[in-house]
Amino acid sequence: MDRSEKGNLSAVKHVVLVLSGKGGVGKSTITTELALALTHAGKKVGILDVDLCGPSIPRMLRVGKPEVHQCDAGWVPVYADAQQKLALMSIGFLLEDSDEAVVWRGPKKTALIGQFVSDVAWGELDVLLVDTPPGTSDEHLAVVENLRKHKVDGAVLVTTPQAVSTGDVRREITFCKKTAVKILGIVENMSGYVCPHCSECSNIFSKGGGEELAKLTGSVFLGSVPLDPLLTARLDEGRDILQVFPESGTYTAISDIANTLLSSLEHTDTD
Amino acid sequence: MADVPSDAPEHCPGTNSDQAGQSSSCQGCPNQNICASGAAKAPDPAIEEIRQKMTSVKHKILVLSGKGGVGKSTFSAHLSHALASDDSKEIALLDVDICGPSIPRIMGLEGEQVHQSGSGWSPVYVEDNLAVMSIGFLLSSPDDAVIWRGPKKNGMIKQFLRDVDWGEVDYLIVDTPPGTSDEHLSIVQYLSGAGIDGAVIITTPQEVSLQDVRKEIRFCKKVKLPIIGVIENMSGFVCPKCKNTSQIFPPTTGGAQRMCEELNLPLLGRVPLDPRIGKSCDEGKSFLTEVPESPAAVAYQSIVQKIRDYCSSHSASDDPC
Repeated sequence: MDRSEKGNLSAVKHVVLVLSGKGGVGKSTITTELALALTHAGKKVGILDVDLCGPSIPRMLRVGKPEVHQCDAGWVPVYADAQQKLALMSIGFLLEDSDEAVVWRGPKKTALIGQFVSDVAWGELDVLLVDTPPGTSDEHLAVVENLRKHKVDGAVLVTTPQAVSTGDVRREITFCKKTAVKILGIVENMSGYVCPHCSECSNIFSKGGGEELAKLTGSVFLGSVPLDPLLTARLDEGRDILQVFPESGTYTAISDIANTLLSSLEHTDTD
Repeated sequence: MADVPSDAPEHCPGTNSDQAGQSSSCQGCPNQNICASGAAKAPDPAIEEIRQKMTSVKHKILVLSGKGGVGKSTFSAHLSHALASDDSKEIALLDVDICGPSIPRIMGLEGEQVHQSGSGWSPVYVEDNLAVMSIGFLLSSPDDAVIWRGPKKNGMIKQFLRDVDWGEVDYLIVDTPPGTSDEHLSIVQYLSGAGIDGAVIITTPQEVSLQDVRKEIRFCKKVKLPIIGVIENMSGFVCPKCKNTSQIFPPTTGGAQRMCEELNLPLLGRVPLDPRIGKSCDEGKSFLTEVPESPAAVAYQSIVQKIRDYCSSHSASDDPC
């Protein structure tokens, strides 16, 4: 009964949650980009998408709606690349019709997340990124409770620069403290936009809010990621992000963040 | 389905189901007799209480989106401001985003507290004819997180509807969190007796957002909630320096326009991105009075007029005056 003790997560080295109190700040985008940057750094990465009411990762990674297979150990994740270095599991795979709304109340979501967390046969992974819906409610409690049996290295918080967003993220920080999840750092997304016509940089959603928040709460500031309409467009068209992303301007910003994250994860190993 | 208590035994058929109290999983449940007697099937008495409370509220509008961060709260706040610019109308704005209440900041009411009176909780007033209620007013510090599961959030929403002393109101605007879950089911359920005029759906132009918004539309159909129309927010950005428009969130699949055509819904309008909107939200001021001549403000006003028209034609049938 060794498996039931640590289960399918026994060969997963690090578990990182991607959180934000605010919706639409780019949790799924940052999760996807971080995962790609980590695979480029030679790591095996998994993404668990627990946003039951609005799963976006399958579309971003262009995996479509594959059949999810089962094996003895549980559900087999879907691989986004041929080398099988990027594994993915999402509620999106289990829906019959992609327009279908998952109108579920908390208890049902909690039950599914419990299963998600323990029944996916991840195999060996260096990092498992968990993409979450906005807020501090059922899904978050369920993830933290179910992963606690294993271990959670910590959380990366995503915010946009404006005060309306950092205000919600402050609440998420309190959530992390109350549930004893370590904050690995804060990422400021949608930080500035360079006009493609005149190269003037506009701060559409203000600037510097993420860094300020990090200072205020004594957290690490991992870096800021600019708005990149070219990348959004390519992703939306469903172009292969595995190829497009390393050529984009966002890539440098993200790989710096990924490296900082990796060294802080590996640092805890040696402790 | 939706009526399974959070502490119910596994495979609970739900308190409203025909099998309540009778299925094999009900064996040993302490509430088996209550369920079997049918008492749990009766509608929540709060629905009737809320219906009575809401007789003084003429129009009720929900602001919804499956996607987060598309501008629901910004729109709700500015819709309220715009409606309240008519002094003869009374406007109420209710924020049911329990985990991420943004309305207090956008309305410039951070740090305000709710007062208790004999007739219930008093909302916070921005202007004489604009009342606001949010869980943000019940928190003691901006760091306070509301880490609540569904049933507790539902209880709070019930209290907001039943126990807040709104007074005579022409328009009640309800701002919601993203998704299709507890908060949404609750607000629709609790207002089912009182009747909702309709929902305004907010989206941004890119497919990742539309994908979630289609789910929200499906939700409205499931719960038989009329849709007033769809608003495309963050639609294009005009560079303040060279005045060229660029698409920050490109409508690669035809944007809201195509979606509305496919689903046969009215598109109420498009609102361009304008850094001044975010700035005035952060400062708690109304964008509409800060920069009334900007293209975004003009778009807002035209959308608000369409919503006014919808509501007046809507009430003409059941309200002869």
